[in-house]
Amino acid sequence: MQEDTIAAISTPIGEGAISIIRLSGPESISIVNGIFKTPDNHGLIEAASHTIHYGHIVDPEDNSIIDEVLVNIMRAPRTYTREDIVEINGHGGGVPLRRILELVMRGGCRLAEPGEFTKKAFLNGRIDLAQAEAVIDIIRAKTDLGSRVALSHLKGSLSKEIEEIGDEIIDIVAAIEVAIDFPEDDLEDVDISNITDDLLGISKRLSHLLDTADSGRILRQGLKTAIIGKPNVGKSSLLNLILRESRAIVTEIPGTTRDIIQETVNIKDVPLILLDTAGLRETGELVERLGIERTLEALEEAELILYVVDSSTELTSEDHDILDRSVNKDVIVVLNKIDLPSITTKETIRDLLKEKGRDLPIVQISAKNRSGLEDLERVILEEVFKGKSLSGAQDLIMLNVRQKDLLERGIKRLNEGLDGIERGLPADIIALELKAVGRILSEITGKFIDEEIIDRIFSQFCVGK
Amino acid sequence: MEIYDVIVVGTGHAGCEAALAAARMGCKTLLFTLNMDNIALMPCNPSIGGPAKGHLVREIDALGGQMGKNIQKTALQIRRLNTKKGPAVQALRAQADKKRYFAVMKYVLENTENLELRQGLVDEVLVKGSQVAGVSTNTGSIYHGKTVILCTGTYLKGRIHIGEVSFESGPYGQFPSLRLADNLRSLGFEMVRFKTGTPPRIDARTIDYTKMQKQTGDRLLGGFSYEEEESLTQELPCWLTYTTPETHRIIRDNLESSSLYGGWITGIGPRYCPSIEVKIMRFPERERHQIFIEPEGWKNNEMYVSGLSNSLPEDIQTIMIRTIPGLEKTHITRFAYAIEYDCLVPTELKLSLETKRIDGLFTAGQINGSSGYEEAAAQGIIAGINAALKVKGEAPFILDRSESYIGVLIDDLVTKGTEEPYRIMTSRAEYRLLLRHENADIRLSEKGFRLGLLSPPRYKEFCEKKVLIEEEIKRLKTSEIVPSKEINNALESIGTPPLKKPIPLAELLRRPDVDYRAVDILLPSEFKLSADVIHEVETEIKYEGYISRQLNEVERFKRMEERRIPYDLDYSKIPGLSSEAIEKLEKVRPISFGQASRISGVSPADISIVMIYMEEQRKGKRG
Ligand SMILES: Nc1nc2c(ncn2[C@@H]2O[C@H](COP(=O)(O)OP(=O)(O)OP(=O)(O)O)[C@@H](O)[C@H]2O)c(=O)[nH]1
Ligand SMILES: [Mg+2]
Repeated sequence: MQEDTIAAISTPIGEGAISIIRLSGPESISIVNGIFKTPDNHGLIEAASHTIHYGHIVDPEDNSIIDEVLVNIMRAPRTYTREDIVEINGHGGGVPLRRILELVMRGGCRLAEPGEFTKKAFLNGRIDLAQAEAVIDIIRAKTDLGSRVALSHLKGSLSKEIEEIGDEIIDIVAAIEVAIDFPEDDLEDVDISNITDDLLGISKRLSHLLDTADSGRILRQGLKTAIIGKPNVGKSSLLNLILRESRAIVTEIPGTTRDIIQETVNIKDVPLILLDTAGLRETGELVERLGIERTLEALEEAELILYVVDSSTELTSEDHDILDRSVNKDVIVVLNKIDLPSITTKETIRDLLKEKGRDLPIVQISAKNRSGLEDLERVILEEVFKGKSLSGAQDLIMLNVRQKDLLERGIKRLNEGLDGIERGLPADIIALELKAVGRILSEITGKFIDEEIIDRIFSQFCVGK
Repeated sequence: MEIYDVIVVGTGHAGCEAALAAARMGCKTLLFTLNMDNIALMPCNPSIGGPAKGHLVREIDALGGQMGKNIQKTALQIRRLNTKKGPAVQALRAQADKKRYFAVMKYVLENTENLELRQGLVDEVLVKGSQVAGVSTNTGSIYHGKTVILCTGTYLKGRIHIGEVSFESGPYGQFPSLRLADNLRSLGFEMVRFKTGTPPRIDARTIDYTKMQKQTGDRLLGGFSYEEEESLTQELPCWLTYTTPETHRIIRDNLESSSLYGGWITGIGPRYCPSIEVKIMRFPERERHQIFIEPEGWKNNEMYVSGLSNSLPEDIQTIMIRTIPGLEKTHITRFAYAIEYDCLVPTELKLSLETKRIDGLFTAGQINGSSGYEEAAAQGIIAGINAALKVKGEAPFILDRSESYIGVLIDDLVTKGTEEPYRIMTSRAEYRLLLRHENADIRLSEKGFRLGLLSPPRYKEFCEKKVLIEEEIKRLKTSEIVPSKEINNALESIGTPPLKKPIPLAELLRRPDVDYRAVDILLPSEFKLSADVIHEVETEIKYEGYISRQLNEVERFKRMEERRIPYDLDYSKIPGLSSEAIEKLEKVRPISFGQASRISGVSPADISIVMIYMEEQRKGKRG
């Protein structure tokens, strides 16, 4: 029985000076051999068991050197798993380690499940019952995480995006499949050129996702987000709304907030550091003027600005001022109090923005009625993932290797499918290829697609006699 | 005391295949029919085949079953579907002469050795302990059998609904079987109630064809069976018309009086076979729906009104149908109806189609929650084979998902159960590129021969064909075509770029604009190859990359299928399994880790836990 070759990083990332990538399975030696260069050019294929080799891991695509390593060859059956095992000892450091892992996976092995080495060891008769109990615990821990497990490392909006893309693929496959399974029903013909456009769009979106996630545009520390606006426009109300608690004092008196209030909040797993500020206006009052100074500082430091406008009042020179002060920032215009008769509308603001030569998203809310929050959160996330909001941000989270690998495989398979369409591949194979893409993506989101395609066929098409 | 090896109850499409398979495998077989004049009845559409369904028919034929031959002899027209949608999904669909279909099948049954037909209504399955012993009839007769196969279709507690009216009945004016369902319940079987329906039949003389589109067949010589058959010399056409806004209005206005919307029906109907009421309510934006008028046979004036299945009162049916162009004056001979019936929850079954509760009792066809003649026949032949193997004391015959649609069908039913009458579709087959209509014989003939169902001459023919295909593929891959002026001119004339250097013929054939015929002209084979062989060769080469990709997937799949799980494993004793997993695994009792992994509610982690537990047990025993 031919088993898969599996690989995993076997020291915790970032801890200790040396990290090990371990492979187990029939292909492990040949896979590592394909990316490993020794000074005297001796390969690993003939290497004796339990020997150590010095050399470099090299990307076969461009021959660039990834890391200087020691490779440990252990041949079956005298190994932990009773299979061929190769260990690559690298110089710690997250980035080269991940690159090596990516290379071996490209070479044909797959990432090990939690506890899988031990499981193999047990199934191949290498370890005893007591040790196996521990494996069960590991596996069970995974079950308890349940469906969350596939998603746990992904930031909310990323997984949502992938789910949406998966959904689009299901739609396309269902349209092809229904025409195949019900050829004599009165259905519109599937237009392959339309499909191509949709798939190109999907491919782009996936690549963008990969880029975004890859360059680590998601923050760990939180995105500094300042709520700015004239007095009484509802800044504190907005803070409370986003926090879903009464954190800041709200009154009808302009100039209520004097000092900056700072709170952190997660929007779909993206952490924000929210700053409620004093309203900007000309004032003689000293305390308020100090507050306004702080507001201006906050405006300077913020990576994202929620610029609040009261739709029931006129725009004034202060609004011009706020826009002028935030020229190089990511700004979302929040048009509040839309429950009241409106004087300043989306249009008014658009005109102002045009005048200033700017193009900013505008979101309408009513902090009082708690409406528009979903839109606002969505737009905030969009800004985050556009990647502009991250000027000063460090300490970034990346997609884990498995998710990245799945995304890359999904994109590759999709692009192969697109090539096939161009070469005139028939519908039945196109559908199979797209299903394969869907299945790869579903490993990220944990959703089954096959049943869903059939459900979609019956819910969206009138078929059958 | 006379003891039969196999007793088959029911002569629908499942029962006929089951009885034939058992008898042909040498078992003394008794076949019960409710009515000697209604065998292999088609109580719904007069047609066989279509995507996936046609594939099933070919597979039945490759195993040595009857359906393919029977439809080939009795077709009114045959169409080839999906010809431009790729190699995997091309399929045949035939219109059948219902009466001839019956007559031909009856003749075959009557002339099969080891097979006895008997008219009678079976009321009870006789059981000793947990072992089947035979059946008894409503007239009190008792028949002893080592195995029993129930193929009772939609007859169990059958109830027909037309508007507010309903009555106990089998389909198409047949008797229902009222007691057997209670008997099965009392034996502990879990049952559900499903629903299906059929449209009206009308008098051909009252149709105005000038308002309809004629639809003829493709004048094919058959193709459902691998056996040579006489060609179709005369065809009968079908006719296409459409519902109108007026049709829709009448249905909407009278919705409450239909059995379905009036709330008279509790059974679950299939989504893929919606009645016209459902279509209009669920897709209100559609202005019209297709209606096919299909002939039911030569010298038969009854026509089937495909697309107009409903459960409206009879008077409304008449008014409604007359709003359809061409049917303004039509006369209904049989009204549409909905029918509810009892069936087994298919997770009661093993993959062999033997019930888990009672040793030696098998079920096949609509009683298992499927729908369709082809699905029934496919289960029938498998149940027949397995009953025979059981009698002989041999291991069951199970086809898996990677080698046949039959495997997909049975695995789906038995492993996942079904929420509605189950219909096979090509989109249900993961490896459909390998499961082609054309290569059913390559996939299954060897097995059919081993079982003793495929005759030696046909087997020999198959072996020769297989060699021809293999040899020709080899030739195309190894012989090179060398560019010359003449050859490049020829290539350009068919619109494909000239050659710069010698390439294997196979590579040339892989070009989208080159077909086998062109290749064969440039560098001919020494054999005269049949169209069948050519088709296979062409597909195998043109789509080689995709086919081998699927073969790789199948290899992984098989690895899990081959890892067996003992039938009597006590899941409740396995530490760490979720209670949902225990419940599902106990119900389905999968035979392999592959099957287990397809049960909904059983996670990959659960599978790992069972694997480890089994390994522990094995070591415990050994140590
Ligand atoms: N009708 C209506 N009133 C609102 C809305 N949002 C806030 N308000 C009211 O507007 C007034 C000012 O709200 P705050 O949240 O204190 O405004 P602020 O911008 O923080 O004001 P300063 O701290 O003074 O700068 C309060 O009376 C709120 O109840 C809204 O969406 N609709
Ligand atoms: Mg305030």
